[in-house]
Order: sequence, then C-alpha cells, then structure tokens
Amino acid sequence: MNSQQPRTIVEKIWDNHIVTAQPGVPSLIYIDLHLCHEVTTPQAFQTLRDRGLKVRRPDLTIATMDHSTPTTPHNLPILDLVGKAQLDQMEKNCADFGIRLYNLNSDKQGIVHVMGPEQGLTQPGMTIVCGDSHTATHGAFGALAFGIGTSQVGQVLATQCLLQQPSKTYAIRVEGNLQPGVAAKDVILAVIAKIGIGGGTECVFEYTGSTIRGLSMEERMTICNMSIEGGARAGLVAPDDTTYQYIAGREFAPKGKDWDAALARWKQLPTDEGATYAKELTLDANTLEPMVTFGTNPGMGIPVSGLIPDPAGMSDPIEKSDLIKALKYMDLKPGVPLKGQAINVVFVGSCTNSRISDLRAAASIMKGRKVSPKVRMLVVPGSQQVKKQAEAEGLDKIFRDAGADFREAGCSMCLAMNGDQLEPGEYAVSTSNRNFEGRQGKGGRTFLASPLTAAASAITGVVTDVRSL
Amino acid sequence: MKITTIESKTVALPIDNIDTDQIIPARFLKTTSMEGLGDNLFLDWRYLSDGSPNPDFPLNKPSAKGATILITGDNFGCGSSREHAPWALVQYGFKAIISTSFADIFKGNALKNGLLPIIIPADIHAELIKWSGITLKIDLASQTVTLAGGRTVEFPIDPFAKHCLLEGVDELGYMIKQEPAIAAYEAKRADSVNTLA
Repeated sequence: MNSQQPRTIVEKIWDNHIVTAQPGVPSLIYIDLHLCHEVTTPQAFQTLRDRGLKVRRPDLTIATMDHSTPTTPHNLPILDLVGKAQLDQMEKNCADFGIRLYNLNSDKQGIVHVMGPEQGLTQPGMTIVCGDSHTATHGAFGALAFGIGTSQVGQVLATQCLLQQPSKTYAIRVEGNLQPGVAAKDVILAVIAKIGIGGGTECVFEYTGSTIRGLSMEERMTICNMSIEGGARAGLVAPDDTTYQYIAGREFAPKGKDWDAALARWKQLPTDEGATYAKELTLDANTLEPMVTFGTNPGMGIPVSGLIPDPAGMSDPIEKSDLIKALKYMDLKPGVPLKGQAINVVFVGSCTNSRISDLRAAASIMKGRKVSPKVRMLVVPGSQQVKKQAEAEGLDKIFRDAGADFREAGCSMCLAMNGDQLEPGEYAVSTSNRNFEGRQGKGGRTFLASPLTAAASAITGVVTDVRSL
Repeated sequence: MKITTIESKTVALPIDNIDTDQIIPARFLKTTSMEGLGDNLFLDWRYLSDGSPNPDFPLNKPSAKGATILITGDNFGCGSSREHAPWALVQYGFKAIISTSFADIFKGNALKNGLLPIIIPADIHAELIKWSGITLKIDLASQTVTLAGGRTVEFPIDPFAKHCLLEGVDELGYMIKQEPAIAAYEAKRADSVNTLA
C-alpha cells in the first residue's frame, strides 16, 4: 500500500505486520502476542509433538487457566475429573514447551482477556491472537486482536505467524453523552441490536466518536469484547492518553527509554484524516437506554422500557420462524414489556464485565440492599488481581452482606463449563456476552445486560430498569 | 486430505444464526483430544430431555440417513472460535455445508478440516432449504453445485484454501518453509517487536 495514502489504524497495523505478501496466497502476518488457555490448545500442542516442532517464540506466548476452572476456593480439590485432566494437560504442555503459565496458584491467574491488559501485555499496535472469539477485547488498546481456531493456535505456536486476508474496515461512531444508568455494555448491545449478529462479517470495527473517547479503558474493553457478537473478526479503539495512562507502570509495559520509543510509535497509529472505511454506522449516545436481550442471540436486544417484538409483522420466513423459536425457548410472549419478568439467577462476571469497575458498579447498587429471596446471585471476578482489589475496597463484603456469592476468578457461568450453571428453565440476568440456547446451562434462559441492570434485577427479583430503583 | 467432488443427499436445517454452542455444547470442550465429538453434534436439539431422539429434528428423520451435505440458514457457525464445531460436523459425516453466509472464524476452521463452507445465492438457497433428501453434486475444481435437472450454480472460495484442499497441501508445512522470511521480519523489527521476557 502507498504510504502517502491516508490509512485507518487497522490498515497501519496490518501493513506493519506483513512478513510475506505473494499473489494468490494470503499474507503471512506476524503475531506479537499469543495468549493461551486450557480449552483450545491441547490438540495444537499435540500437533507440535506429532511433528517434532517446538514453540518458536515462547517469550511472546502466555498461558492462563480460566474456562474449566472451578470458582470455589482454589485450595480445594477439583471434583470434575475431566476438567482437572484438561488443567493438568495445560500444566504439562506449558512445562514441556517452556511457556509461562499463570495457573490456579498464581496471583496473576484470570480470564485471559482480563489478565492480558492487567499485566500490561496488551499494547497498542500489536497483533494479538488467542483461541477464543472474545480476543477482540484487547482491541481497546488499539491492537488488532482476534480469535483463532485450534489449527491456527498450532500454526502460531510453531511459526509466530498466520495466513490472513485483510479485513474490511467498519467505523462505528458513538457521539454524545451516556445518561445516568446507561453503561458501555448498553452501547455495544445497542450496536448489535442495530446491525444484527452477522452485521460485521468480514470486518474489523473501529469504535470512534466523542462517547468512546470519554470512556475508561475497562469500558472500552467491554465494547471491543463483544465485536464478535456483531459478527466482526475484531474491534478496536485508537490509543490515546487514557490508553497510555492505563498501561504505564504495569509489569510488561515498556520502561524508561523503551517507553518513550513505544509512545512515539503508538502515537502514529490513529486513523489518518481523510482515510475511508468500507462501512460506517453512527449511534446517538444521548438517547440510549439500558439494554436487555430477550431472545437467543445477542442481536435480540431491546431498551429496557421496550416491548418484546412480535413475529406477526415479519416478512422473511426464516427470520420469523427464528423469532418464534427464540420466544418459545425463552417462554416469553411477544408485544409485552420484558421489564418485570421474574428471574432466578443473576451472574456478574465474564470477560465482558468482570473488571473492578464492573464490580464497583454492581456494588454501588447492592450496598445496603438485599438480593431477592427468589434469586441466586454469583459475582465472579475476572482475575485474582480483580478479586484482591475488590476485597481491598470491601466490595466482597457488600456482595456477601446482600446475600450474593463472591467467588474465585474464571469464566464461570458465562459458558457453564466449570459446574456454575443454570438449571433447565431458569431465567438469568447475566453480564456475559452470549444468550444462545443452553449457553449458561442446558435449558437455561439468559437476559444479557450491564452490571448496573444485573444488580438492580438481583434486588427486585425481576428484570429492572436501574434508573427506577 | 484431498477433496475434489462430493455427491450426496442433503439434509436441511432451516434456521438462521446457528451458533457453535448448538453445534457442540461447551460442556463437551473439556476433552484434550479430537475424538468422540461427532456423537455430541447438535446434542441438545437431537435429543429430548428424557434422552430419546427428537423425532422432529431434521437430522433424526429417516430421509437424512447418509446425507453428507447440510443446508442451513444465514450466518452459520456464529459464536465461539471452537474448532470442535467443524471436528464434530466432520466426525458425524458431513463434508459440505451450504448457506447464504458463514461466521468468519467458523469458515476458516471448516476449511482447515476439509469441510466445505459453500455460499450460494439467496434465491437458489431458498429453494434448496425447503426440503431434505435431494441429491446435489459439488465440484470444487469448477466451484459449482449441480442441482437436479443439471442446473449449476457457482460458489466463491478463497483460492489458496481451494488449492490446499484440491492438492492436499499441508498449510503448517507451507508456513514452516517461510522461516527465512519470518526471521528476516523479526530482525527488521527488532526494535519494535515487543519482547515480553
């Protein structure tokens, strides 16, 4: 590409990472950081063993345990023997191949997308991959970060590269001021409700606009995290002073003159004036309400004051039958408010909303109140560090006093691999990212929402508009 | 593995946005191997809560027996990056999936496992998805699907993925051969490649 042409941040990062570009073959792209967890790597390590290969850059590869991990105290034995075998295999793979691992005994253990930024591993301009579709979270720092399959995990372990086609660019501009009670989660749920869960296919989102600029790094992570729920490969926010202030001083952040050099490079990254995007969307933040999903994919979201849509008016036969199928699974009626719907469980956690600011937001609502006797509430910090910080601030006490369960770090009930799950037919308000059928436990029904909405609903026992509490 | 042509009955699953949690529920991802996933494909749709097969689910109908081509709604494979999804589909016996669109990560994972993600125009898709059990022929070299009556429709595919599938090219082997270029790139970017040690 002609370097005189104005470029987007996505194009700049892409150009910086081309190892080879030959006609007829996807570009070979260099990967700066490879994050690993126990679920999507064992078969890749097996491929390396079968072929007698080693990990090319163990120094750029970091592993943690999150998906299969119990959230009961880590000094207790793991009762799920299949899950334990997977964790044991992760220990062995990391030991055999010389990879740094934050295991359950490490105070740095946590959800891979919480741990990376927290340790300063995630930096602007990087290419970052992980065998996990929520890798776009790291895009909040102006990195090109995307989820890959296990075959590609093996390729990155062996070569530190991937064969990739460039993505289309998609600007998502959010302008204006978020009203009280409206959170970053509501912004991304509104975006997905607007474009649909396939709306970003083949694209990378760049979130821009005054609203995004005004968000903290943790809020930006929440938004970038759910880029995949809009169908995009990745999503990012150009770095700015908020980004640099977050990174400075963290363990893996550049120090001294390396910091000055890095900062000079990072400041070149934001999209040039006059650069163009394949697609664009503008969202008015001033009019956004708290959002909540009613159906079985993350695009089925409505403002909390809205009505559940009616399939009767729909023309596309598959769309219509999908909505009927979703409402049947959820056992909900069309044309009525979702607000007031009784719930059984509230889950505050996941790579979307388990950081300290999320826990603070939930605690601000819980303080001095009690969880409804009809509701079971789980608060699962995203990492050991988040847990420690929450305890230092007394948030654990607020949650426990309210009657919620405050647990160890991990993915937990977001995907229900570790035993934390919904029972068939139960309704949950969840701060996680997916409301697919059975996602949080076979037969379970999920309403996705922000930590504020989740906490308010825990107190009342029904889907609640936090602004009315 | 090499792929040239697939001729088979179809089975239709007329649902949009089928996500990877339906294809293979997360509770089956605790395995450290690739084996045994086909038995759990679409498990919560294939079986009723009492454990008996759901007679209404298209894959359980007698007409679906032996079908290796799955026809589904838009945006198939959305959700997680789990390669367990194509592993399960392949182990169950599927060789190709026909839709109007696929989620990106799923599409890439499918191609790496010899499972063809085939995108056809919406009008023809709307015809095909109405019934199961018709026979189709897929020819990768000419990138065509031949319908009953001899009508053919072309489908797009990434040229490199097509080459790898037709010739049985080992993608990882190809990448390892790029080592000199990778080393040269690292040397060139030595000042900015982040060393996290």
